[in-house]
Amino acid sequence: MSTEHIQNAFQQRLDKGDFIEPKDDMPDGYRTHLIRQISQHAHSEVIGMQPEGNWITRAPSLRAKQILLAKIQDEGGHGLYLYSAAETLGITRSEMIQQLHSGKAKYSNIFNYPALTWADIGAIGWLVDGAAIVNQVSLQRTSFGPYSRAMVRICKEESFHQRQGYEIMAHMMNGTADQKEMAQDAMNRWWWPALMMFGPHDSDSPHSGDAFKWKIKRESNDELRQRFIDKTVQQAEVIGLTIPDPKLKWNEAKNHYDHGEINWNEFHEVIRGNGPCNKQRMEHHIKVHEAGAWVREAAEAYKKKRLNKESLVTI
Amino acid sequence: MSCLKALNKFNVYIMTQTEALYHYTLRLGDNSLISGHRLSEWCSRGPILEEDLALTNMALDHIGRAQAFLKYAGELSEKKQTEDDLAYKRGERQFLNNLITELPNQDFAFTIARQLIISCFEFYLYTELCNSNDPIVAGISEKAVKEVKYHLAHATDWTCRLGDGTELSHQKMQKALNDIWMFTGELFEMDETDQVLLKAGIAADMTLIKPLWYNHLKQVTTEAGLKLPEDAYMQSGSRKGIHTEYLGHILSEMQYLQRAYPTAQW
Amino acid sequence: MSKDTQLDLWEVFIQGKSGNPYVHAGSVHASDKKMAIQNARDIYTRRGEGTSIWVVPSNNITASNPHDADMLFEPSNDKIYRHPTFYVMPEGAKQI
Repeated sequence: MSTEHIQNAFQQRLDKGDFIEPKDDMPDGYRTHLIRQISQHAHSEVIGMQPEGNWITRAPSLRAKQILLAKIQDEGGHGLYLYSAAETLGITRSEMIQQLHSGKAKYSNIFNYPALTWADIGAIGWLVDGAAIVNQVSLQRTSFGPYSRAMVRICKEESFHQRQGYEIMAHMMNGTADQKEMAQDAMNRWWWPALMMFGPHDSDSPHSGDAFKWKIKRESNDELRQRFIDKTVQQAEVIGLTIPDPKLKWNEAKNHYDHGEINWNEFHEVIRGNGPCNKQRMEHHIKVHEAGAWVREAAEAYKKKRLNKESLVTI
Repeated sequence: MSCLKALNKFNVYIMTQTEALYHYTLRLGDNSLISGHRLSEWCSRGPILEEDLALTNMALDHIGRAQAFLKYAGELSEKKQTEDDLAYKRGERQFLNNLITELPNQDFAFTIARQLIISCFEFYLYTELCNSNDPIVAGISEKAVKEVKYHLAHATDWTCRLGDGTELSHQKMQKALNDIWMFTGELFEMDETDQVLLKAGIAADMTLIKPLWYNHLKQVTTEAGLKLPEDAYMQSGSRKGIHTEYLGHILSEMQYLQRAYPTAQW
Repeated sequence: MSKDTQLDLWEVFIQGKSGNPYVHAGSVHASDKKMAIQNARDIYTRRGEGTSIWVVPSNNITASNPHDADMLFEPSNDKIYRHPTFYVMPEGAKQI
């Protein structure tokens, strides 16, 4: 079949609502796009373990410690589901990790911001996971089967993440003056980076065209961002937090909130590596990866020795 | 402070059963808490993503068990404390965990060696405690046995992989066992707390557990091509609240928020 | 440094409760069978999703070729007599 033929047949399947499975014919562009997107998504989950991991040993109650541990563990699990989904497209996890370390593969900008106080754990759960869930719910219907299945599982597991974050914020807003101040401060620092998680405005989004055509992406950056803002404002009001945007205002005609402009300069600088924690996050990941090499090699060596032992017995 | 005062009474008064049970559950709770703390430090640091999740799963088991024992200890205490009061508001000298639990993770071999020794010990301890005359101790132990059985299987398999893996992994694993060994004697120490509770059929007899533990470890290490170190001088102190320098750092991290904002609820 | 290894890829099948079929849950990396079972347990049954696990090295799974889908699956589409609804039962007959 000619390339054009394959492309047409492929598009027809997508338009019919078919899911694409790993062994199916697919245009190279589709495969490349998915590998980039899924591996970036996987790296984000894994790098995202760091800012929250920063607070496990300092969690202020045994309950909070267990919840946080379980949540971060979920992030690791989600990274793993996503690496597996990407692996079905013919890239290995080793290669993906290598691309992360070389800077070829990115991860979500949000994790280049520091988790400074306990309230940040609340803000990350509520705002960062909240924003991620809006995106992930939409991705459950993405056209690539393994990615969609991973998303279904992830969404099911993540439903408690946002609640635990919001619970921390609500609890602190009910607490001492210090706690309220901490909560509002975390809100102020995480609100804008959370909005940036949805990516550039639709008019400036470089990959969106193909992603829509291929039904990898079903809703646009701005649509998803708007949905997040609309539902979060009310949640903030209920617990007495102020959204740090003087231009935020309900627009009756649009039935949506209007909001101030995002600092896109900061967004691009953080992507370029100039966020507060870019170097720290990557150094941590590389250090751990290298420190674990001898363990993985030992496991491989042991496997080979045991195989030999077994074969000796059967002979 | 009730713990220290009670400890000082040892030579003068006979400990009541409630006091003894308070110390005993505190010891079990503190062991779980500090082990869980060390395991939780592996989060985002595992040698492979799968192992990261395995180690944090075990951390969760330990912290859950700590919560159960400390809750019970709190109910037995004179001041009716909560599990969080006990975890977050006691000082270094009031913690009763074995020194081995507070040793830093170092590398994966050291952590596996420490977990092998601890889980093997806990497996026999909690198996025995399932028969405790105290229904709460027995109940927590029944749940613990299932968890610990898995911890032991995990540590055993990794001990074999590292012991019989590469030359490097073998060296690291052997060195870890050698370095940790001097902290194992303390696991089996018995004091007045144990004596009072043994009479009541509540505590486990460590003299029975020690040979089971030793033989089990001997088997695992032999299978892994490792040598179990010879018994030499053993460290001691935790029964009297005397710890390594590491515990203070664990607590200063763990208790930081509770100490910095004493009036806040979390 | 030698080439990185992330261990072998395994497919995981979980039985939700006894009597139910084993369903594909996802994949794990592991160097041996025991590790594969343990990793599958730690990753796919954290919320009580399972009572039993199968793990299979991914390279031991043979999948049908999508190009054969018409040959393999379409011929069964018109064999409607294999479904009970195909048959017309006399009115009034019970429990059939």
